[in-house]
Amino acid sequence: MLRHIAGRVGQAIVTTFGVLTLVFFLMRLSGDPTLLLVPQGASAHQIAILRHQLGFDRPLIVQYVAYLRQLLQGNLGMSLVQRMPVASILGSRIPYTTELAAGSLVVAVGIGIPAGVAMAVWRGSLLERSLAALVFAGQSMPTFWSGILMILLFGVVLGWLPTSGVAGLPSLIMPSIALGALSMASFARMTRIAVLDELSRDYVAAARARGLSLGAAVVRHVARNAAIPVVTVAALEIGNLLAGAVIVETVFAWPGIGQLAIQAIAARDFLVVQAIVLFVSFVFIVMNLLADVVYAVIDPRIRLSS
Amino acid sequence: MSVALQVSDLRLAIGGVNVVDGIAFSVAPGEVMALVGESGCGKSLTAQALLRLLPRQVRQTGGRILLEGEDITALPERRLRQIRGRRISMIFQEPQAALDPLSPVGAQVREASGLASVAAREAVRRMLAEVGIADPDRRIDQYPFELSGGMCQRVMIASALISRPAVLVADEPTTALDVTIQAQILDLLRRLAAERGTAIVLITHDMGVVADIAERVAVMYAGRIAEIGPTAAVFSRPRHPYTALLLAAIPRLADEPKSRLAVIEGSVPQPSEYGAGCRFVGRCPFADARCNAEPPPLLETDDGHFSACWHTERLA
Repeated sequence: MLRHIAGRVGQAIVTTFGVLTLVFFLMRLSGDPTLLLVPQGASAHQIAILRHQLGFDRPLIVQYVAYLRQLLQGNLGMSLVQRMPVASILGSRIPYTTELAAGSLVVAVGIGIPAGVAMAVWRGSLLERSLAALVFAGQSMPTFWSGILMILLFGVVLGWLPTSGVAGLPSLIMPSIALGALSMASFARMTRIAVLDELSRDYVAAARARGLSLGAAVVRHVARNAAIPVVTVAALEIGNLLAGAVIVETVFAWPGIGQLAIQAIAARDFLVVQAIVLFVSFVFIVMNLLADVVYAVIDPRIRLSS
Repeated sequence: MSVALQVSDLRLAIGGVNVVDGIAFSVAPGEVMALVGESGCGKSLTAQALLRLLPRQVRQTGGRILLEGEDITALPERRLRQIRGRRISMIFQEPQAALDPLSPVGAQVREASGLASVAAREAVRRMLAEVGIADPDRRIDQYPFELSGGMCQRVMIASALISRPAVLVADEPTTALDVTIQAQILDLLRRLAAERGTAIVLITHDMGVVADIAERVAVMYAGRIAEIGPTAAVFSRPRHPYTALLLAAIPRLADEPKSRLAVIEGSVPQPSEYGAGCRFVGRCPFADARCNAEPPPLLETDDGHFSACWHTERLA
């Protein structure tokens, strides 16, 4: 198990390094940020001086090596635009993103998993078809549209919830629903398939032949077996929720990582963009490792065979 | 003679077609009764009907199932749950698939016992020992993947018998096991049936298994019973052409090397192809106009030996 995890970590480090390299060079293809930093009407000489100060006049490969060296020392560098350490900029945004991801996960898991189980157990019923409609809606409504509709209805017309920004739990509700809807659909579909698959197995018939009700067989036997593919989805979805809230954060003026990413890309704030990429990679690595551990907890075949 | 299970005129339909059409048999306590037939003849559906665990698309359109004299055909699901595992239980073709891979085997045996924790563990341990599992103290906490197929089938038998049911339905219990294990499992079933007075309904397609263990056998063809009687009598003097041809098709060690295998010409009719008369008519050497028009009734030919054929006398 430990060796397996070490292997996964090694793989993840290589992947992260690759992504980081790609982002480093891609960002620099977009031009250099010096022009965005100087006031309008600055002379070519002034621009050249600033460019030299920032180090953007050095060959790309030299900049790249310098960046990696700095990174290995645990230093994410200074933001060119905000003149602050990248680490503290990121640090101030992560709590908001985590809060939104947690809210969305509650929506996604809280609705998606029960809906998936119900769709499998009551297959062919009116309930299944109603839930399928809900899942379909969650899956197909773009967040910029559903978000704005919700703001209009609940924020403007009814005035029940704040339209945007961060103001305690009420302000979390709409962005969580907007962001969680797509995940909810993934959880529901995966859970439905997994439970259907398990329900057709002999051990369910055997459990029922022992006198268990279908419900008891689902709770005692099917749930754990069906959980394995759902955990895989959960790892990906939690990663997406932490990393993929760009649109929702923009629509709801939520000061998280996604909003920061948009701002940093627009301002060619290279080091901030690179730090966000690092953060996102890190999130996916941790989630996948957690999933591996959870597999082993659920499944004795994995736990006992290594 | 008391009866553990009596099935009369059982009819099961998929769509509008009776895929099981008027099956009747009874099993005495301690007796092993085999239902033998090709795939699709309705034997597994019959097994599922006995526990009232039919797939959704299957409807029972007639007949009664008496378990120790009580008609269970009309019982509500809640009452059926008290019967399943306690008074009638079942074992399956693939023992490893019939056990939850994520749950220790002892817990799954216990599930059928209806006992609480401490007493249950001892009962499960004893039951595992009784079905011939060595070192039950260790096995009880192991998972199905740590046990061989034969051992898993022993676990299934333990879970099926721990509540001392009157009837055990064994659906192809040895098909997935290799031959030496198969013999051990059959011995075990025979011994437990005798010791505990459990009536066993053995579903199989294997004439060798029937000969090995069953006191009586019902030969099924296309949803009906072709012939039923004491195993020895059916094997030595088959009274239905289907049985006769089946027995003739078993390869023997004394056969000439490289000689052609005997076969029954044609194939089993699909339910949609069932005609008005005997369902074996398309493959039967004796078939005539009457066979095509009228289904033959199941009539007693010898003592306790019944056959559904208009031409029984031609086999005498």
